[in-house]
Amino acid sequence: MSNAVPATEAVILEEQGEVRPRGVPALKYASSKIGGALISLVMVILLGFFAFKILPGDPARAAARDRQMTPEQLEQLRHQMGLDKPLWQQFTDYLGNVFTLNFGQSYVYKQSVSSLIGEYFWNTILLTGTAAVIAIALGLWLGQKAGWLHGSTFDKLTTGTSLVLWSVPTFWLGLLLLMIFGGTLHWFPTGGMTSPNPPADAPGLVLDVISHMVLPVITMVAVVYAQYVLVMRASVMEERTADYLVTARAKGLRDDLVRSRHAVPNALLPAVTLVFMHLGGLIAGAVTVETVFSWPGLGKLTFQAIQGPDLPLLQGTFVVFSAIIIVMNLAADFVYRWLDPRVRRA
Amino acid sequence: MSAQIATIARSPRRLAWMRRRKALGSFCRQFSHNRTGMAGLILLMLVIVIAMVAPVIAPAWMLDATKLIDAPRFAPPSWEHPLGTDHLGREIWVRMVWGAQVSLVVGFAATAVSMLIGTIVGIAAGHFTGWTGGLLMRIIDFFLVLPSLILAIVLSSVLQRGVWTIVIAIGLTSWAGTARVVRSQTLSVEARDYIERSRVLGAGHWHIIVKHLLPGVLPLVLANTTLTVGSAIIAESTLSFLGLGDTTMQSWGAVLKNSMDYSAATAGYWWYVLVPGIAIVLVVLAFTLVGRAVENIVNPTLRSR
Repeated sequence: MSNAVPATEAVILEEQGEVRPRGVPALKYASSKIGGALISLVMVILLGFFAFKILPGDPARAAARDRQMTPEQLEQLRHQMGLDKPLWQQFTDYLGNVFTLNFGQSYVYKQSVSSLIGEYFWNTILLTGTAAVIAIALGLWLGQKAGWLHGSTFDKLTTGTSLVLWSVPTFWLGLLLLMIFGGTLHWFPTGGMTSPNPPADAPGLVLDVISHMVLPVITMVAVVYAQYVLVMRASVMEERTADYLVTARAKGLRDDLVRSRHAVPNALLPAVTLVFMHLGGLIAGAVTVETVFSWPGLGKLTFQAIQGPDLPLLQGTFVVFSAIIIVMNLAADFVYRWLDPRVRRA
Repeated sequence: MSAQIATIARSPRRLAWMRRRKALGSFCRQFSHNRTGMAGLILLMLVIVIAMVAPVIAPAWMLDATKLIDAPRFAPPSWEHPLGTDHLGREIWVRMVWGAQVSLVVGFAATAVSMLIGTIVGIAAGHFTGWTGGLLMRIIDFFLVLPSLILAIVLSSVLQRGVWTIVIAIGLTSWAGTARVVRSQTLSVEARDYIERSRVLGAGHWHIIVKHLLPGVLPLVLANTTLTVGSAIIAESTLSFLGLGDTTMQSWGAVLKNSMDYSAATAGYWWYVLVPGIAIVLVVLAFTLVGRAVENIVNPTLRSR
């Protein structure tokens, strides 16, 4: 699922070395990156129209799946959904709806899709945000250490674990943790975000939510951190033979300090961009993790939408997920510029 | 005989073939020295053989619930039921054996789609300069960034359910990584002198792409293929698990979906969850090991790793 095969990473690492833009003025840099993000957003919206209005053949029939309907009822439904209008008019209606965040009514929840998404949005951000911070910290730390000690037992152990975890489907790891720590040992609750009768006081409520978060967060971290380990390891190994490290050693610096003060800051640059790019994978992982642990977030909504099938809801979560990822990538571009002085000044 | 070959062997085509055979030979030799790669390959061969002989070792009636009325449901692993039974009394091991077929076929077919698109778009993006290449690069970046699982979910929800929908959904959403690698390799091949020579001699786009660029990028595509099969198998199991698979097919993901429908994880039916998951992890790991070994051989810049 993740496109993050090691080969891709290596190439991207190489490319960034080659075509690092030199000394672009801040305003021009910002406007070109924001422009790129806007184009991506337009492409998502076009893709949404194509996927939800053209591909299903007859969206009315798709909406009425599994239900008996007379031709008149079907005709009425078509009229309701605006399908009897010409295609260009449907398209402008669709654009208007997307820009006003009006994705229609959810069939399953009998509620407007945008209010549903608004309700569940922050739960997903809480879960994936926590997982992202832990995964990035753990992955980068293990990766730089493994890359520095290339060929050692530590490196083999770390890389081996990463490869195995990389081969694990997210949802299965979730099921496994659920089975061991939820079903058998009863250490943690098996699902949801709060207990059926949540504690009334604030500290109690926070603890309750945290205990519900432990298993889903571990699942997401375990699956994602492996990629960060491999990225950071490759990046550190690239820097390991650089001349400035010889200089650092020659002036008598301890090996630990050569690594932490000289090699790692430089290796971080390309790794950071890739880390942000992989956050997309984390968001995708949210769909299965939230499904397994019944976490009330956008992923769970997506799962409900599939079961319906509830196309307006699915369209809403698709657009929101994509927008989150585009914004994350834009952030990555700015962080990169801020981190790397070479991009800032020629 | 050998003297005969030596005299004919001068034709350019012959020379090319001899060179290729030699390259293949050295590739196989290098691969056989890679211990983890060989372990992965052996494991894969084993799974492929088991998948092929599925109808022989586990006749189809063993999956027919109407013939299993007396079979115990949710029986834990024992001598009679080596890997336990499911909610209809079917043997888990039988479902695993048949599931290997579906998972492998979907994995390979989706990868073929993905490789085809990735190679074509990647070569085109690297070969054509100007706005065509720029536009293709934008599209590649877009698909690289967009979470492929979400897009695959959308595609398989709006299209008719079935195995081929899954194949198309995975194939159409997983090519961007390959395209990026292929584009980068195309750019480096483009910079070589023999392309310049060929162009000066009047070669067209088609000639340069087919005769020079394609052979240059294929080894990398091969390495990427093995890695992509692994992620395609994970994608298939994920889509099946979310209920987007073909309900009449026995894939490993479908078994896990059943296990979740019957809350096997919290009800104590551990074998129902454990067995299909381990099968997926082993096969994906095998593909990853083989892929990394191939990558190490065909991509000399990575060889130091």
